[in-house]
Amino acid sequence: MIRFLFDRDTWQEVWDSLSKNKLRSILTMVGVWWGILLLIGLLGSAKGIENSFNRLFGDFATNSVFIWGQSTSKPFKGFQEGKRVRLSLSDAKRVEENVEGIEFVVPRNQSQGFVSRNMLSGNYSIAGDYPLLDFVQKKKLIHGRFINQNDIDDNKKVAVISEDIYKQIFEKDEAAVGELIEINGMNFSVIGIFEEGNVNMGPSSDIHIPFSTFQQIYNQGEEIGWMMITGRPEFDIKQIEADAKLLLKNMNKIHPDDKRAFGSFNLGDAFGRMTGFLKGMQFLTWFVGIATLIAGVFAIGGILLITVKERTKEIGVRRALGATPFEIKRQIVVEAVFITIIAGLGGIISGGWILILLDKSFGQGDEAVLVNASVTISVVFIALTILVVLGTLIGLIPAFKATSIKPIEALREE
Amino acid sequence: MLKINQLHKSYPIGDSSLHVLKGIDLHVESGEMVAIMGSSGSGKSTLLNIIGMLDEADSGEYTLDNVEIKNLTEKKAAVYRNKFLGFIFQSFNLINYKNALENVALPLYYQGLNRKQRQEKGKFHLEKVGLLEWAEHLPSELSGGQKQRVAIARALAADPKLLLADEPTGALDTKTSYEIMEFLQQLNDEGKTLLIVTHEEDIAEMCKRVVRLRDGIIMEDKKVEQVRASQYV
Repeated sequence: MIRFLFDRDTWQEVWDSLSKNKLRSILTMVGVWWGILLLIGLLGSAKGIENSFNRLFGDFATNSVFIWGQSTSKPFKGFQEGKRVRLSLSDAKRVEENVEGIEFVVPRNQSQGFVSRNMLSGNYSIAGDYPLLDFVQKKKLIHGRFINQNDIDDNKKVAVISEDIYKQIFEKDEAAVGELIEINGMNFSVIGIFEEGNVNMGPSSDIHIPFSTFQQIYNQGEEIGWMMITGRPEFDIKQIEADAKLLLKNMNKIHPDDKRAFGSFNLGDAFGRMTGFLKGMQFLTWFVGIATLIAGVFAIGGILLITVKERTKEIGVRRALGATPFEIKRQIVVEAVFITIIAGLGGIISGGWILILLDKSFGQGDEAVLVNASVTISVVFIALTILVVLGTLIGLIPAFKATSIKPIEALREE
Repeated sequence: MLKINQLHKSYPIGDSSLHVLKGIDLHVESGEMVAIMGSSGSGKSTLLNIIGMLDEADSGEYTLDNVEIKNLTEKKAAVYRNKFLGFIFQSFNLINYKNALENVALPLYYQGLNRKQRQEKGKFHLEKVGLLEWAEHLPSELSGGQKQRVAIARALAADPKLLLADEPTGALDTKTSYEIMEFLQQLNDEGKTLLIVTHEEDIAEMCKRVVRLRDGIIMEDKKVEQVRASQYV
């Protein structure tokens, strides 16, 4: 059988019977070609959308949840309902120490501030942050650096500002790092400029200053605005959220069933739903693609079956000349597989062209809908393997049909 | 060469069956040229099909070149057909998308010969029927007589013991028929054994022996004085 596959005559026979019946062969191929083109095109586009999502969220620790204090909705241990709840640094510390699966807890504070430099000024949100923020909410720094531990330890008056603010209070092309700006009347030295991401998850701030400095100038004491909790990838962020909230209620003397005391935004949950949607889309793509492919292969089977009927006489002649039934079957199966593979390769190539076209029209620039719309080699191989297997199976039907007719009846056929 | 004893064959038609061959005895020696005659329904084609291993008898003995032809699987039948027999059909049965040479070489493909051998042998036989310069032509570009000569070359290609011709001149005009018969006579002169089914008296007279069938039995089996086709051509 192996020798047969490498025999020139085998392919000569296949080539003859296909090339001498061009229209028939081409019509046969269209179905499979279309199926695999759809599969590649759809899978590539789905991948492109996924890539663009990943690019948007890539700088973000997605397995995270924000928790902030609100006011109680239930009286508990002598406290009236409606008690104002404020989180504190020790809350954050306790959560970090006691809740399982936590990677980071980042306490944050935020307030509005009046910012000015020379004659230019504006109101912006000011956040007091730890260096850790850079790990969970990666800042794309264009110039300078983010806050470090030194800044915290020494309560330095330094600020990392957004590109937007830079544009508003600095002259064009003016160097900003090292310059002073005034925040609420106090001089701060600019140490970095960051670029705003495409998508802002959770509250965003225009200016980051060291947490300790923020505490001082806004007189916050131990209180914090909210905490951002990041879970390790293998832990369920919803469980972490529930555990953390229960612990916080316990420490702050709040009824365990109080739903209003803490507000939260579970980024992991939201992100999970989005990736779930992508997964669904990918599944749908595979489903549609493979279904189309199967339909295409069935079309090949159908046309080959008609072809075999048309070629009954030829098959009869071949058998009268000494072709064994096995040789006839083998011939037809090889033809079927050959057609499927050629059509499949054609489909893969045209699918590739479509992806290139999609990339050219939708895949350029930062705001691209499709990023690197492509399929992996393994997808191509899987598709080809499916084609070969289906082609063989579908080829068997006309093959058995061809030899089920006795040669004498085949010869009599006009 | 060919021995047939008490051959019976019937075809089922609905609930009953049609007894087509009712005990045929036929012995053909090597080098004979036999015409099998009979009106339609006499069983002559059935007999030829059984001899050609395209069909199987219900009972009786059939020996070809000292090999008993019995209980054939499709595969064995194919091998025997390829080794022992050359077929010539009324409607030529050339494969229309293969050129003359490829058609002639086809039985050699199933014999497992390599490409070069097939080309050589195919050309040799095509030259024998005088159509070497038509080797690259498709059947549709050939006349009826030429097609039949290609078919004869194809039947000869595998060097069979026995040539079976089913109405070889049935689709040809008289002049072309005689040309074909002249050629078949030449083959016989060279020692080939031929069995020709025909219903035309003039064709039968060009053979050396005429077997007449009627209603499934042999009515007459006699040697005849061969009329040479060359005198009409």
